[in-house]
Amino acid sequence: MDIKKTPKKLNVKEKYRLMTRDLAWEPSYRDEKEIYPYVDYEGIKVHDWSKWEDPFRLTMDAYWKYQAEKERKYYAIIDAHAQNNGHLNVTDARYLTAIKLFLQGISPGEYSAHRGFARVGREFAGVGPQVACQMQSIDEIRHAQTQVHAMSNYNKFYNGFKDFATQRDRIWYTSVPRSFFDDAMSAGPFEFLIAIGFSFEYVLTNLLFVPFMSGAAYNGDMATCTFGFSAQSDEARHMTLGLECIKFMLEQDPDNIPIVQKWIDKWFWRGCRLLTLVAAMMDYMLPKRVMSWREAWNIYGVENGNALFRDLARYGIRPPMHWDDVEKSIDHTSHQIMLGLYQWKFGTAFHSWTPTDSDIEWLKEKYPTTFEKYYLPRWEYAIAQKEAGGEYNNFGLPKLCQTCQLPCLFTEPDDPTQLAHRETEYEGEKYHFCSDGCQHVFEQEPEKYIQAWLPMPALMQAPLKGDLAAWMEWVSLEPTAAGEYANSEDKANFEKWRKQVSTD
Amino acid sequence: MSKVFIILQANEETRSIVDAIEQDNPDAEVVHEPAMVKVQAEGHLVVRRETIEEEIGREFDMQELNINLITLSGNVDEDEDALTLTWNS
Amino acid sequence: MQIDVQTVSIEQKNKAFSHLIKRFGDKKIPSRYQEASYDLQAVENLHYRPTWAPEQELYDPNLSKIRMNDWYDLKDPRQFYYSTYTLNRAKQQETMESNFKTVETLGLIEGMPDPVLAIVQDVLIPLRHVNYAANLNNTLVCGYGYGTVFTQPCVYHAMDNLGIAQYLSRLGLMIGDVEALEAAKQDWMDSDAWQPLRRSLEDLLCVRDPVEVFIKQNFVLDGLLYPLVFQRIVDQNLVEQGGSGISILTQFMTNWYLESVRWMDSVVKTMAAESAENKAVLEEWIDTAANHFTSVLLPVAGLAVAGNAADDLVSDVHDELMKRAKKAGLFK
Repeated sequence: MDIKKTPKKLNVKEKYRLMTRDLAWEPSYRDEKEIYPYVDYEGIKVHDWSKWEDPFRLTMDAYWKYQAEKERKYYAIIDAHAQNNGHLNVTDARYLTAIKLFLQGISPGEYSAHRGFARVGREFAGVGPQVACQMQSIDEIRHAQTQVHAMSNYNKFYNGFKDFATQRDRIWYTSVPRSFFDDAMSAGPFEFLIAIGFSFEYVLTNLLFVPFMSGAAYNGDMATCTFGFSAQSDEARHMTLGLECIKFMLEQDPDNIPIVQKWIDKWFWRGCRLLTLVAAMMDYMLPKRVMSWREAWNIYGVENGNALFRDLARYGIRPPMHWDDVEKSIDHTSHQIMLGLYQWKFGTAFHSWTPTDSDIEWLKEKYPTTFEKYYLPRWEYAIAQKEAGGEYNNFGLPKLCQTCQLPCLFTEPDDPTQLAHRETEYEGEKYHFCSDGCQHVFEQEPEKYIQAWLPMPALMQAPLKGDLAAWMEWVSLEPTAAGEYANSEDKANFEKWRKQVSTD
Repeated sequence: MSKVFIILQANEETRSIVDAIEQDNPDAEVVHEPAMVKVQAEGHLVVRRETIEEEIGREFDMQELNINLITLSGNVDEDEDALTLTWNS
Repeated sequence: MQIDVQTVSIEQKNKAFSHLIKRFGDKKIPSRYQEASYDLQAVENLHYRPTWAPEQELYDPNLSKIRMNDWYDLKDPRQFYYSTYTLNRAKQQETMESNFKTVETLGLIEGMPDPVLAIVQDVLIPLRHVNYAANLNNTLVCGYGYGTVFTQPCVYHAMDNLGIAQYLSRLGLMIGDVEALEAAKQDWMDSDAWQPLRRSLEDLLCVRDPVEVFIKQNFVLDGLLYPLVFQRIVDQNLVEQGGSGISILTQFMTNWYLESVRWMDSVVKTMAAESAENKAVLEEWIDTAANHFTSVLLPVAGLAVAGNAADDLVSDVHDELMKRAKKAGLFK
């Protein structure tokens, strides 16, 4: 061996290969199948793990360096936010509903992604994807933690934040995101990567983080905007991982194509259903709007999604199966969800409200073909009830979709006056669905989805037996955290404090 | 043709990066939104280290982009000199 | 409680998140570590069973023989959450960066005696593969262990192991370019000295009890390997032979090990104190693995020191490990 020779200058790619790829070895004392027991059972064939392309070649020293810089910036901002009563800078306290929903529904998803990526970062039999997934795992716990830290300050002053840990596991609407992430984690490693890495990260997180976080900034919430954008800078790596992973699977074996297509169909639909909550956040919960859900969808869903699927067409991949249904639903879902949340507001750990006059003007402008025709009358009815001293509540329990776990409140794709409802019988039991998409997902794997924990039936069964007060205690829902925004402590406090600040 | 894009946080550090991208991609369109700036182009966009270095007057490591990057779209190819985004269709 | 910002006084509604008040009371404002760690993992109403192993739960404490009434008792004394972890490592990497520069500018490698470089080549560079196995093992513990305070540091530890493998690779490139890495890999795959360790690590990669993997990899193997290689062979033998420059380049590993020991010992102590059953399981794991890995490391030590001296070194580090185990409440 030639010791002490001057090292030649290696380029980034070659250096990265030596720093990661070259660390692994082919086991000879034990069978690979013993070390990687779960890599085969989904039917994905991999002939050569080394063909995996590493999209960003971050070695750990660079990772620590750049991530530390992001962390320093982030905590400086949220410290300042806490010290200067930054919560009083938000447009008005309605905005808080959006971030309550975020903490209860999205942050636990970040945590699930952290654990899920650790698992696949161990289960893949190639060092390239292992390291990429591990890096995503550590990023995801970052996101869960920065979100909890940002919300911690809001929790000191407002209702609806403090019981997020209990509500993650028990309250009805959080089972929508929970079931989504549980679904991905209980799938095999390749499907997990398609679910979270590709469908969620690549196709959908832009919709969650980019316009919404820009909206947070616009509404004066620098804490949320900062964690959002700071997280999103990691997402750019994750999205690229998602895209590389799908190309890798497709290039490895033609037999993989139909399997991958099936997963794309499923996870695109699952993701779009999940994002209906974000649609309501964008159209209704940001007092000052950056763009409508429709506009965001046009940019990040249609334009970007089409570009992606045109690119993947060379492998024989077609756009997701229920794409057209999603497209048809875009002008409707935010209104349907918000009306739903409003009528079940006695059971949510956030407030909802009827749109103000200026909200209505904006919604009319952004949804010229649907809002005024289908949804304004229902809001007007709710407003009239309120003005007459009543309350627009629906104490009937919503029927939840067995797959996405949202109430069955969506309409038929081609008839916005008709509620969609599907049923499938499996082993003598009837299961209900909100859509063709969800029914299709169920029918591919009924033995999985019959296991779903449905919060509404749970309320009717022992020990709660339909006792709403007992249920509220069980989910840690205090009456002050629920209900109409106009009558809320949050609103009263925010306005009082804000007045103090501005008169001083 | 499909659009590729890169979105950066809007701050002092990214001003010069955006300027550099504009120089290298004369057809690119720059869109300013609250707290962020989006640069998009048909089919192809390149971010070059040298141009950024000229703009900021110091050495720049392509991986520094990570700090202010919000999102991107397109197939990514990154080495020490450039980051390229492309769609194949 | 009142806070005053200029003339505005605003009454706080809540001191903390409810799950933290339940654990720690409301006397003190919870730390960011507590906020970032406790009760983050879902515990009930998990929706589906894993398709890869339907007999398991999605988060399943029964994957291990170790039982804890509350897995959140296994707190990390370093209180690492992502931010503190990353800031710490960023600082250390800055030091390492300047260490590499110093060694380069002063030409310390060029001036180093050949026998020193031979030991670096034979003993240190192949370790990058050991770190890779440790990376996978810790990733498994993070993925399948129970409770965030236990699983969270494991992903940091996994990434640290990758970082160490990369520092060792850089060292290899410095002393002998790509060929140094190739030669080390060949040793790892074929040379007699490394085969027992490689076989043991392949065996450990087949173990699925997350705590067993944690104990055998982090407490036992690292508890022997780092004192043997970095504290003794590098910081004593090589330094005496004119290899101080190497010791500068393994500073990260030495400090990292000392830091990790606090965490390991605290976890082992808490698990052992939980029940007689846990104690028995831990003793069985640690006793067997310590004896086994000690014998496996003997030929590795033999690459650096001759004959009896190698025996002395490994029995020394074995004693040191067993002392730590005793201090953690085991073998009494």
